[in-house]
Amino acid sequence: MVDRINDIWGERTPHARGTTWPARVDQYLEDGINETQVDRWVQSACLLCSNGCGADIAVKDGRMVGIRGRAGDTVNHGRLGPKGLYGSTPWASSPDRLTRPLIRQDGRLVETDWETAMGRIVEVSKGLLEQKGPLSHGFYTSGQLFLEEYYTLAVIGKAGLGTPHMDGNTRLCTATSAAAFKESFGADGQPGSYTDIEHCDAIFLFGHNMPETQTVLWARILDRTRGEDPPRIVCVDPRRTMVALEAERTGGVHLAPRVGTNLALMNGLTRELLANGWIDEAWVQAHTIGLDALRATVEPYTAEEVARICGVEADDVRRAARIFGESNAVLSTVLQGFYQSHQATAASVAVHNLHLLRGQIGRPGSGVLQMNGQPTAQNNRECGADGDLPGFRNWDNPAHVQQLADLWNVDTMTIPHWAPPTHAMQLMSYAETGSIGFLWISATNPAVSMPESARIRKILEGDQCFVIVQDLFLTETAELADVVLPAAGWGEKTGCFTNVNRTVHLSEKAVEPPGEARSDLDIFLAYADAMGFTDNDGAPLIGWRTAEEAFNAWREATRGRPVDYTGLSYDKLRGPSGIPWPVNDEHPDGTDRLYADAVFPTDTDTCETYGHDLLTGGAVTEQEHRALAPAGRAFLKGADYTPPHEEPSEDYPLRYTTGRTVYQFHTRTKTGRARSLHQAAPDAWVELSQVDADRLDIAEGDWVRVESPRGSLEVRARIGQVMQGAVFAPFHYGHWDPDGLAADAEHRLANELTMTVWDPVSKQPYFKTAACRVTKIRDREGPSPAPTTAASAPASVPAGGQAPAPPTGAPTTSQVLGTTPTYALDPSNRRS
Amino acid sequence: MPHLSTYVGLADHSEQILADSLRAIGQGHARAADVFHTCHLLAEMSDQHRADLAPMVQRYGEDDIEEPERLHAEGLAQAREGEIGLLRDLQDLHVLATLVQTTWTVIAQGAQGLRDPDLLRVATTANAETSRQLTWLSTRMKTAAPQALIVAP
Repeated sequence: MVDRINDIWGERTPHARGTTWPARVDQYLEDGINETQVDRWVQSACLLCSNGCGADIAVKDGRMVGIRGRAGDTVNHGRLGPKGLYGSTPWASSPDRLTRPLIRQDGRLVETDWETAMGRIVEVSKGLLEQKGPLSHGFYTSGQLFLEEYYTLAVIGKAGLGTPHMDGNTRLCTATSAAAFKESFGADGQPGSYTDIEHCDAIFLFGHNMPETQTVLWARILDRTRGEDPPRIVCVDPRRTMVALEAERTGGVHLAPRVGTNLALMNGLTRELLANGWIDEAWVQAHTIGLDALRATVEPYTAEEVARICGVEADDVRRAARIFGESNAVLSTVLQGFYQSHQATAASVAVHNLHLLRGQIGRPGSGVLQMNGQPTAQNNRECGADGDLPGFRNWDNPAHVQQLADLWNVDTMTIPHWAPPTHAMQLMSYAETGSIGFLWISATNPAVSMPESARIRKILEGDQCFVIVQDLFLTETAELADVVLPAAGWGEKTGCFTNVNRTVHLSEKAVEPPGEARSDLDIFLAYADAMGFTDNDGAPLIGWRTAEEAFNAWREATRGRPVDYTGLSYDKLRGPSGIPWPVNDEHPDGTDRLYADAVFPTDTDTCETYGHDLLTGGAVTEQEHRALAPAGRAFLKGADYTPPHEEPSEDYPLRYTTGRTVYQFHTRTKTGRARSLHQAAPDAWVELSQVDADRLDIAEGDWVRVESPRGSLEVRARIGQVMQGAVFAPFHYGHWDPDGLAADAEHRLANELTMTVWDPVSKQPYFKTAACRVTKIRDREGPSPAPTTAASAPASVPAGGQAPAPPTGAPTTSQVLGTTPTYALDPSNRRS
Repeated sequence: MPHLSTYVGLADHSEQILADSLRAIGQGHARAADVFHTCHLLAEMSDQHRADLAPMVQRYGEDDIEEPERLHAEGLAQAREGEIGLLRDLQDLHVLATLVQTTWTVIAQGAQGLRDPDLLRVATTANAETSRQLTWLSTRMKTAAPQALIVAP
């Protein structure tokens, strides 16, 4: 029996470089249920981080009662993390599920039936269309829906209504990943593969606290670093995370740049590669453009200059660059420390530049993993529910728009393609003024998760905009809506989703949703029916009724595009493993990594974007792009470092940054309802360095007020692993509390303090660069509620003691398989 | 070279007017966070162009004589209101930046004729960056236009 709250990554299965990662099957069944009592196991994949682990759902008496990793799945080889094990199923039978639609009457939400709720939605929608046209409509979705739902909504929005105002909370978590791919390689699409971990000799983690965000992927890395011929780890993070400790252990480097200075560091690393001749000249010559401009851009960023800007040691910059420059196969991973911080896209593109300069892309071990925050974020990007055109098509390319018009049998003028899609923050601004008067929010909780949350709540509760919220629970956002629709969740409906690694999984329906809750797909179809959207021939615009039919329609939309699903079907996805796209005649079994031939989708007629000025976001025109004649070569793009938008001042002397804990996901909608996870991280906190805490006379567990020019929170302090001058706050906690016991429920919202400011290219909001001050408000009653594990561990432990262990988690099982299954695309097969 | 000095003066002054106007418009539309921050970033580019031009002002002088037909543009002291106001302000900034760009084009031609590599470098660099300013203004106008023209209150 394994307690996966205390043993976050589970048992090690170390193995040598170039060999297949062993399989270990992790399983959780709720208390009182053993394996023999499970009625059936239903194929799915985990939805509680972006890793996308293959899993089976345990069903007993029509209820989801547990989960088990799929040994044959290429993503996880049977493993699951603490969130997936403990958090996947309890929410579903939670007594506070929404089971009936709600409608606002005299200021209060009251229960109603579907006909009344949908009738009200359609009445407002039609009224606004008549009065103001489609630009009055906006949709804000999630990284939690299935691809069939995103695609259906995308067709409704783009071909039914014709509004450019569609985005997802993926804008908050993964927009920079997509934007960086488009700038460097011409189109979205993860170049690397998780199998690169088995073949690399160095791993760089840029702003990526993988041990807490993707625990199973981190276990995969630990099984290399603890095995024969281990890779060296380089960590870029202002906190001394588990990654930083592993960097120290493997002879790598931990670089802790000041919050907001990532690009200066990246420019310095790039300059070191160039200055030391650690570049593959012939490869760069043949497969890239932009070397001279990049060289000029990074020239001023000597290691000493970087040390001055970032507050790191110049020698550490040189050491890290040397590891990159002298390794034969480097894997880089990137996440929110870059995506949600200043100059996000430019810094993420700089990671690509390092790989391109070394010619290290497209072969086993040499890869880039621009991570996602959420399990289905990739599908939002692919299907176009985030505003992009489906299938990585270029809104600025008339031929691409025509392809969609032909596919949907609608006029090209209907499809909004005259400007870049409206991003989430702009969408909220339009809703603020009433310019958008109809806003439909699905499966996300912006009242907690968006920056400057007080402003967002005001927008949602105001009369200027009619708000529909579709969710599992009455979230902080749903409480403000005009109509609330009860949705079926994971396991209560069928659909597919695609992880960071391009791996597509089918998630089958295991149980019936509670009460009158309906799948998001059925809700969107009901709206489309009621609105009577038709094509050029007067036939219904949406010709599908089931998830499988929606999948097949989507498959047609991908034909000939980089994101090619044409070789996939529900039947094919019922095999032992998820399958990474492209899957087509050329690659019938899927594709482990992109760009093995070093040909990138940058051709002017193929690319998803003509690109942007990374500093301003100004768009490159088609003519300019054509003049560059990229013709399959990747772009080397650079930008100057500029200081963050809000620097510490006399009034606000500290740097404020937000993030995650391993035990919670997003705003805790699911994880907060799982007892083991909730007990491990029950309430909010802030982390201070020992030096700052001493100066402010703050001790572990003291209540503190943290203020920025926009708002404040009052929570307890953890004297922890954050760098001096920085304050870290987890963003998971809104006023909802499962026990109703949180002492700080009304003042623990980390996004009260963050700024309304976003990256010029990806439009991802910056959650990690604000200034703040901290003052003590009263003495401690005990230690802070912060977990004592991973990056939240206390800086010092009481004399003679060890950091107290978190509360015990429920028992799980974990079994290392004697024989490792064969994984179809694993490059290790070829070596053994 | 009385007319070259006039154009050096025009470049200096129009960059200043552009920088001041960018700051005024950025501040006036501070609720649009990207407009606020990008306008300030673009204003710093114009500041830099003036700093780069300073040695050339020493070299060629900077005529600011009262010349009735001399080109000039009014700066923007105050932002207009709302989404349509933003659109008009961006368009005005675009007009100012176009004057700046054509001024640099003319100065670069003069520098070629004079065989002055320093002046040519200043004019060419500034011209290229003015293109970046113009590109952002166009991009932002394209984004703002449909909503401002059709639905804005």
